[in-house]
Amino acid sequence: MDFSQIIPSLPSLWDGMKLTLQLLVLAVAGGIALGTVLALARMSSNAMLSGLAKAYVNYFRSIPLLLVITWFYLAVPMILNWITGEFVAVGAFTSCLVAFVMFEAAYYCEIVRAGIQSISKGQINAAYAVGMTYSQAMRLIILPQAFRKMTPLLLQQTIILFQDTSLVYAVGLIDFLNAARARGDIMGQSHEFLIFAGAVYFVISFGASSLVKRLQKRLAV
Amino acid sequence: MNYNWDWNIFFKSTGIGSEIYLDWFVSGLGWTIAVALVAWIIALLLGSVLGVMRTLPGKALPAIATGYVELFRNVPLLVQLFMWYFVVPDYLPEPLQTWFKQDLNPATSAYVSVVVCLALFTAARVCEQVRTGIQALPKGQSAAALAVGFSIGQTYRHVLLPQAFRIIIPPLTSEFLNIFKNSSVASLIGLMELLAQTKQTAEFSANIFEAFTLATVIYFVLNMSLMALMNLVEKKVRIPGMMGGAK
Amino acid sequence: MSMIEIKNVSKWYGDFQVLTDCTTNVKKGEVVVVCGPSGSGKSTLIKTVNALEPFQKGEIFVDGVSVGDPKTDLPKLRARIGMVFQNFELFPHLSITENLTIAQQRVLGRNRDEAMQKGMHYLDRVGLKAHAGKFPGQLSGGQQQRVAIARALAMDPIAMLFDEPTSALDPEMVNEVLDVMVELAHEGMTMMCVTHEMGFARKVANRVIFMDRGAIVEDCEKEEFFGNIDARSERARQFLSKILQH
Repeated sequence: MDFSQIIPSLPSLWDGMKLTLQLLVLAVAGGIALGTVLALARMSSNAMLSGLAKAYVNYFRSIPLLLVITWFYLAVPMILNWITGEFVAVGAFTSCLVAFVMFEAAYYCEIVRAGIQSISKGQINAAYAVGMTYSQAMRLIILPQAFRKMTPLLLQQTIILFQDTSLVYAVGLIDFLNAARARGDIMGQSHEFLIFAGAVYFVISFGASSLVKRLQKRLAV
Repeated sequence: MNYNWDWNIFFKSTGIGSEIYLDWFVSGLGWTIAVALVAWIIALLLGSVLGVMRTLPGKALPAIATGYVELFRNVPLLVQLFMWYFVVPDYLPEPLQTWFKQDLNPATSAYVSVVVCLALFTAARVCEQVRTGIQALPKGQSAAALAVGFSIGQTYRHVLLPQAFRIIIPPLTSEFLNIFKNSSVASLIGLMELLAQTKQTAEFSANIFEAFTLATVIYFVLNMSLMALMNLVEKKVRIPGMMGGAK
Repeated sequence: MSMIEIKNVSKWYGDFQVLTDCTTNVKKGEVVVVCGPSGSGKSTLIKTVNALEPFQKGEIFVDGVSVGDPKTDLPKLRARIGMVFQNFELFPHLSITENLTIAQQRVLGRNRDEAMQKGMHYLDRVGLKAHAGKFPGQLSGGQQQRVAIARALAMDPIAMLFDEPTSALDPEMVNEVLDVMVELAHEGMTMMCVTHEMGFARKVANRVIFMDRGAIVEDCEKEEFFGNIDARSERARQFLSKILQH
C-alpha cells in the first residue's frame, strides 16, 4: 500500500467533494420541500389528492434509486426537448439533482407526515379557534413544532442521502467517489484512493451520526 | 425530435441469436432474485448473531458487533462494492486469488462480490433490528428463562429470539425489500441483473421509456408480492393475545 | 437442616450499596415471608438465591451448593429452585402446555410424555386444565400467575421463591393465587416469599423477615413478629401500620 499520491491529489479530490456537497445541499432542500408538500397532500381530505400523493410515495419507495438516476439521465433531456421543442443540453448534474429530489421526497414525505401526526390534534383546533386559516395554522403552529420533533430523523435520512450521492458514478458525474477512482487510476494507486475515499465517507457519516445521536438525547430530555 | 412509442418492442428480436428483449428482462430478474435471496439469507444469519452479540453481557462481544455496525453503515454501498470487487481479491491468499480472478467467469466473480457486499452491508442493519427487538422484551423474560434452568444459549433460542423476531417482522420486511433494490448496484460491476438489462435494452432499441417503464413495473410488482408474502408470514406466526392480538 | 443459607451477603450497583451484610436461612419445609418498603432490597435478595442477581460479598448455599462459586453449574442449580415473578413472565409465544413442558424437556431431559403428564398434573392442581391449549395473553393475570406456579412445580423443585407474586394483580385475583400458595405451604414446600400480604404471612409463615435500606432489620418467628408489635423496630412498626390499614 502506498498512499503517497493522495496529498498531491487533494485539490482534485476536493473538487469532487464540492460537487458531492452541492448535490447534497440542493437535493436535501428540494427533497424536504417537495416531501412536505407531498405530506400535506397525503393528509388532505381530498381523496384524489391524497391518493395521488400516496401512489407517488409507494412508487418511488419500491424502485431502486440507481434506476431513477439512470432513467432520468436518459429521459430528462428528452422530456425537456419535447416541452421546449428544441434541444437543451441539461447535463448529468441537473438530471441527477432532479432524480434525487423526486426520489428522496418520497422518503422525506413519510418522515414529515409522521412528524405532523405526532403533534396533538388540540394544537390545530387551538389555531383554528384563534381564527387562523389552514395555511396559517400549518405554517405558524404545526410545521414549526413538527420539524423540531423530526429533526433527528431528517438528519439521519440526509446522512443516508450523503452516502447515496456516490451512485452518480453510474452516469459519469465526477463526485468525490468518482474523482477518487479517476485520480487513483491515473496515479496507479486505485486501491489506496478507494480506501481513502471510503475512510473519508466513514469519518463524515460517523461523525454526523454521532452528532445526531447527541442531538436526539438532548431533544429527548 | 419525435419519439417512436412501441410497446411491442419487448417481443422483437434483439438481433443477438434468437433472443427477444423480453428474454433479457427475464434473465435480469433472475439474477436480481439470485443476488438478493442468497445475500438475504447470509445477512439474516450474520445479522442475528451480531444482534445477539450486542445484547450479551460483558464488553468485548458487544463492542465487536457495534464496531461492525458502525463500519458497514457509514461507508456508501458502492464504495463497499468496489472494495469487494476490486480491492479485496488482490489480498486473498494465493490459490483463492487465482480462482477468483481466473477460474471464475466474469459474471460469477461479479456475483460473488455483490452477494458478499450486500450480505455484509445488510447484516449491519439486521443486527440493529434484532438488537432492538431483544431489548424491547420485558427484562423479566430472560430472568424467567434463566430461573427455569435454561443456559444463555437456550434462553436466546427458546425465549428471546422467537419473541424478538415476531416483533421485528415489519422492519425486517423493509430490509428484505431494500436488498432487492440495492442489488441494482451490481449493474455497475457488469452483472447483467434487471437494471443492467434495462439499460442495455434502452441502448439497443432506443425505446428508453418502454424499457424503463417495464423495469419499474417489475420492481413495483416484485416489491408488492414480497410485501404480501411477508404479511402472510406475519399472520402465520402471530400469537393470540401477544402484542395487540385479541385477549 | 438449612435448605437456603444466606451468609453476610452484600451487593453494590457501582457505589450504591443495595444489600448490606444480609444473613438468614430457610430450613427444609419452612415458609419464610420477606417484607419491607419498596427499594428495601427484598426482591434483590431473593434473586441472589438463584443467582439472577450477582453479589460481591458473602456466601449463599442452596442444599449445600454454593451459589457464588464460579464453578457451580448455575442452570442446573436454578432448575432445582422454582421461581415465581411479579409479572408472571410466562413465555408469551408458547402455549400454556409448552410453557409447562419446555424446561422439563430441554433442561431436565424428560421425554415428551413424561413432561406432558407432569405439566398437566400441576395445571390441574391450579385449576386451569381447561386452558392448556391457550396462549398466556389469553388468560387473566391471576390465571397466568397460577400457570407460572405450575410451571415451577413441574420441575420438582426443592424450594420455591416468590417475588411479589400478587402485587401486579387486580385485587379480585389476589386470592386465587394466594390460595394455591397456602396449599403449597401446607404440603410442606420450602418457600421464600417476598410479599406484602400479611394475611398470608399470618396464615402459613413460620418466620417473617423485615428489610429496610438493603439490610435485614427483623428476622423472627411469626408469633413474635405479629404478637409483640411493641418489641419491633421503629421502621418495622411504621411499615406494618401502613400495610395493615389497607
